[in-house]
Parts: sequence; structure tokens; C-alpha cells
Amino acid sequence: MGPVRLIEVKEDILSDNTKLAADLRAGLSGEKTMLLNLMSSPGSGKTTLILNTIEALRDELRLGVMEADIESTVDAEKVAAKGVAAIQLRTGGFCHLDAAMVKQGLEAMDGGHLDLIIIENVGNLVCPAEFDTGAHLNAMILSVPEGDDKPLKYPLMFSICDVLVVNKIDYLSLSDFDMAALKERVASLNPRIEIIEVSCRTGAGIPEWVSWLRAQWRRFREN
Amino acid sequence: MRGKSDNEAASNKMHELPITESILNIVLKHAAMNDAHKISAIHLRIGALSELEDEWLQKYFDYLSKGTIAEDAKLVIVRVPAKIQCRSCAYEYEAEKVMMAELVCPACGGKGGNLISGREYYIKEMEVQ
Repeated sequence: MGPVRLIEVKEDILSDNTKLAADLRAGLSGEKTMLLNLMSSPGSGKTTLILNTIEALRDELRLGVMEADIESTVDAEKVAAKGVAAIQLRTGGFCHLDAAMVKQGLEAMDGGHLDLIIIENVGNLVCPAEFDTGAHLNAMILSVPEGDDKPLKYPLMFSICDVLVVNKIDYLSLSDFDMAALKERVASLNPRIEIIEVSCRTGAGIPEWVSWLRAQWRRFREN
Repeated sequence: MRGKSDNEAASNKMHELPITESILNIVLKHAAMNDAHKISAIHLRIGALSELEDEWLQKYFDYLSKGTIAEDAKLVIVRVPAKIQCRSCAYEYEAEKVMMAELVCPACGGKGGNLISGREYYIKEMEVQ
């Protein structure tokens, strides 16, 4: 064997995923299907928010759900029972979805006729922030019991999202969660993020969430 | 308020696996292009904001690279600090990850900033024979 040589590689490790995600996004835009990537810790209310969203929008939009959270209590069959296109992705215990998995899901779903597809990503605040899924919008949920310090621990997740849904606000009176401190931290990381306070249990704030989503969809359709 | 005990440590260890797989594919491609027969070291630049752990990257790499010319290659990881540009005065400064949500510009006291570096996932070069 010859002497040791140094070879320049100069490649982004995630470039394949980034490129595939961009292709997916462009393809979906062409079909006028908006893809929303919903992320959160386990137990913050992704499934419940999705079910609330379905109830509110099923009569005006053709909806689809791509279920990736292995811990979700609502599986694709239950979502499908509501008359919504649904698919359960097999993530094989992975901590996040990547664009290749989303592509497979879209193909299996045959969702070209849909207006809005929501991805329920795997429940954690770390890995999903690193991998572009091809979604047009990134949304995250933070629930009050998780604490207002989460932007300190997971800055990347807060910095990549278009909207932050603060769920379980009916717990606010029971905790020392500081909403003003949370908003200041989040704005510091991401000045363009929208923050919507909801309680999926009482229904508070759900109309605001739905109208935000509807406005995003209209803007998407116009472009 | 500090939140409930976190369960992320246990659940996120798979994160390194797809990253490692991607590294292996890229270096094998470059080795073939450069007619290399053995890869002995791979130099990576990883942003300070990434949650990757060096030890796990190497473990997964050792596992995945078995039987390839990259077997036994050492991953040499350089951490790229998170660098911020102040939104008020455009001054550039480095910040720790835990400070990202409470940034205060050391030049003007302005809050918040745009991330210039710290998210890198980059293969710089490799040592081959």
C-alpha cells in the first residue's frame, strides 16, 4: 500500500437529505398540496391537536395525516375512520423522519389530490430539528408541564419552526410556568415565529390555531 | 420553572446512525474516485448546536464500516462554535448552546441574533492510502 495521502472531501453530510427534501417540497407545491411537519416531545398533544384540526377543517380541505410517532395513541386507522387519508410510517424505532421516509409515505398515500398533509413526527425535540422532511411549514408544540425553559435546552427546534403551539394552558394556574419568559426566549431565537396558546382539552385557542393554518394554506395556494 | 425530568437521553441515541451511514457512503464514494485502498482517518466539522456525541458516532461507524476499506478509520471531529450576528448592530460573537435563547450582544446589549455558524455537518477531508 502506498503512502498516506490527504483527500479533500468538502461535502455536507446531510446534503442527500437536503436535496431530496427540496425536491419533495417542489413536487408538492406543483400539486398544490401543503405539507406541515408537526414536532414535539412525547405527550405534548400532537395527536390531539391533529384530531382537533381534522374536526375543524375536514369540511373545507382535503386532509391527510402521515403518522410517524410510534408512541402515538391514535393510529392511522383511527384517523382514517374520520374520513381522512392516513398512513402509518414504519420508522423502525428511529428518532426522526427524514425526507426518504416521507417520500415513501407520500407514494403509499397517493396524496396528490389532497390540500393539506400533516406529518406527526417522532416525539422528541432534538433529532427532528436536524432533518428537513420536505415540509412547507414546521410546527412545534410545547406543553405547559414541560416547562418554560425548553428553548434553553433545544434552541435549534425553536429556531427552525414557523409556529409554536403552547398547549395545556389550562394547567397554567397549577404551575409556575412563565409565559412572558417563554415568549422572550423564543423571540430571541426566532423573531418570525408565531406563538399560539391553546388547550386541546378545553378547546381554548383552537380557533386561533385553525385560522392561522387556514391563512397559511391560502397564502400557499396563491403562490 | 424547570420542566419534568427529560427522557430524551435514552431515545435519541439512534440519531447518530443515519448520520454515520451518510458519512460512510460519502467517504467510500470519494475513496473510489481517488483510487484509495484504505481510509485511515476522516476529518469532520460538526456544529456546536448539534446533539451528536463523538463516542456514538465512532461506535456506529466501526459497526457500519466493517468489511469496507473504511474499517478501523478514526473519526477526527472538530466542533464549530455557535457564532451569532447581533440583529441590532451586526456585531459577531460566539455563544454557548444554553445561552442561545437569552442572547445579549456584548457590543450593544441588543437581544437576539442570527446564527452564522454552529449547525455544520461537514466532511472536510480524509487520510487514505
